[in-house]
Amino acid sequence: MKTLVIAKKVVIELIRDKRTVLLMFVAPLLILCLLNLMFSASTKTKVTIGTVDVNNQINRKMDQVDGITIKKYESEKHAKKDLDANSLDGVISYKSKQYDVTYANLDVSKTVMTKKVLENALMKDNVSKLQSMVVKQEQVIARLTGQQESVKMNKSKISIKNHYNYGNSETNFFDKMAPILIGFFVFFFVFLISGMALLKERISGTLERLLATPVKRSEIVYGYMLGYGLMALAQASLITVVGIKLLDIEIIGSIFSVIIIAVLLGFVALAFGILLSTFASSEFQMMQFIPLVVVPQIFFSGIIPLDSMADWAQRIGKILPLTYAGEALSAIIMQGAGLIDVGKDILVLIIFLVVLLILNILGLKRYRKV
Amino acid sequence: MKINNQRIQLQNIKKKFGNDNVLNSVNLTVNSGEIVGLIGPSGSGKSTTIKILLGMEKADKGEALILEKRMPNRKLLADIGYMAQSDALYESMTARENLSFFGYMKDVAKKELPKEIEYVAEVVDLTNYLDKKVSGYSGGMKRRLSLAIALIAKPKIIILDEPTVGIDPALRLKIWKELAKLRDEGRSILVTTHVMSEAELTDRVALLFEGKILAFDKPKKLEDEYKVNNIEEVFLKVEGE
Repeated sequence: MKTLVIAKKVVIELIRDKRTVLLMFVAPLLILCLLNLMFSASTKTKVTIGTVDVNNQINRKMDQVDGITIKKYESEKHAKKDLDANSLDGVISYKSKQYDVTYANLDVSKTVMTKKVLENALMKDNVSKLQSMVVKQEQVIARLTGQQESVKMNKSKISIKNHYNYGNSETNFFDKMAPILIGFFVFFFVFLISGMALLKERISGTLERLLATPVKRSEIVYGYMLGYGLMALAQASLITVVGIKLLDIEIIGSIFSVIIIAVLLGFVALAFGILLSTFASSEFQMMQFIPLVVVPQIFFSGIIPLDSMADWAQRIGKILPLTYAGEALSAIIMQGAGLIDVGKDILVLIIFLVVLLILNILGLKRYRKV
Repeated sequence: MKINNQRIQLQNIKKKFGNDNVLNSVNLTVNSGEIVGLIGPSGSGKSTTIKILLGMEKADKGEALILEKRMPNRKLLADIGYMAQSDALYESMTARENLSFFGYMKDVAKKELPKEIEYVAEVVDLTNYLDKKVSGYSGGMKRRLSLAIALIAKPKIIILDEPTVGIDPALRLKIWKELAKLRDEGRSILVTTHVMSEAELTDRVALLFEGKILAFDKPKKLEDEYKVNNIEEVFLKVEGE
């Protein structure tokens, strides 16, 4: 009963704070849109390469590659000058049977692309030389044996047809990030706002006044959880639904599973925010937890694949709630996993929640001994 | 009449924070129908005494009894109305919402609540402003609302921590008048203050200095005993000894 009254109070206070409501609901959507814009714009890398004394075959092969422009130079000196003036991303010169490549290396992805393009062109050149040799040989053999068929057989071209288990050829890094970002936004905003709210309650003295009534400590914590839980539910639903529709994120699993995981994470963030707010003595100190507690979670949440990290780093990831939520959300969105498939992650999140709740109820003992 | 009408009893309370002896053997009683003033300079241990009474802190030694039951005790808090130094109000809510929220917390039945709110609002003269948001209140109105919250649920014991700090003289007088009225209804009131002149308005006054109660009696009696004209001089004399 008192839990409900406290929850109602929390919701009333929050709704009347228009800016905070806007922050909770509009800011995450805005950032998602911006990120989508950034990542879909940068998928096409355009590279301009200057070549000196490179044979025409190779030049043409490189030029055929999407996004590559080849400029021929008479001397290396001229090419290097343009490289320094940033109008070239790399210079390839052929000297005494060796390719000499200089990269601008201002954008690593362009350097990688230049390397790849040159290697591919050289390989293709070798293959076509080999091919023409084979054809010539076969022609010789054919002429000798009198068979004409085999030559035609060789001309049939091998083609590749791509199928995508998730998404399509347009899928980019953003699509991998989106599920984790949905979780992250829920975590970040709920953490901050709930932590701030309890902090305000402590600083203004209303917490003391509340504890001077016969209310149970657990009722205060549950009331807060319930009130902010409702807000987290609304926020998670909005981010998920709008994010998926507006940004056209393909979701294989059920959208409800996504929301359930997001809300569960919201509850963990809530309990976490409330707990950490007891260690802050001002709003500014609460903000200081962001780089310490919130930001590192992004790195361990699966945006960067964890299995390539050092052992100790993987172990850190295992104690952060966002790791499990990110794992579950990715599995649901990209692989169509059901709630049962991600049961392990859900269980871990629930354990986080229960432990944090107990710590919170015990933590209030600092302010009242019973 | 009950034989023992002591509603608040502090017996030999000792409290240390780290190496700091904040309270050093404090004895204090408040009877029913009595206003007791607890006065002392800042840092003398007034707030700690109140925190022990409310069960927010636990005494290292001695007993804190409220209605003859030992604190800390959560259920007893229903019988205590508490007003802190800070206003401690929810600014984005109206006075009525604040009162009804704390009313629920103090176990006031839902049916009783509107009547209860009307009553306490009348006591502090806020009836016409009940549906105004607290953020639009003046400092004095906030103080009065804070007092009203302490009065909700008709507590037998009222504990006020510096209720008149930062308040204009007219309102201060009004609050003391209300307190006297509540006393006459049989409530027990404990008021802390560092305004010595207010101590004259109490029935009994305890002088707290460096965690010790230096004197505890009727203001007039203390003044006679120390042959001075007011409590402030009593305090200076006692402190000097």
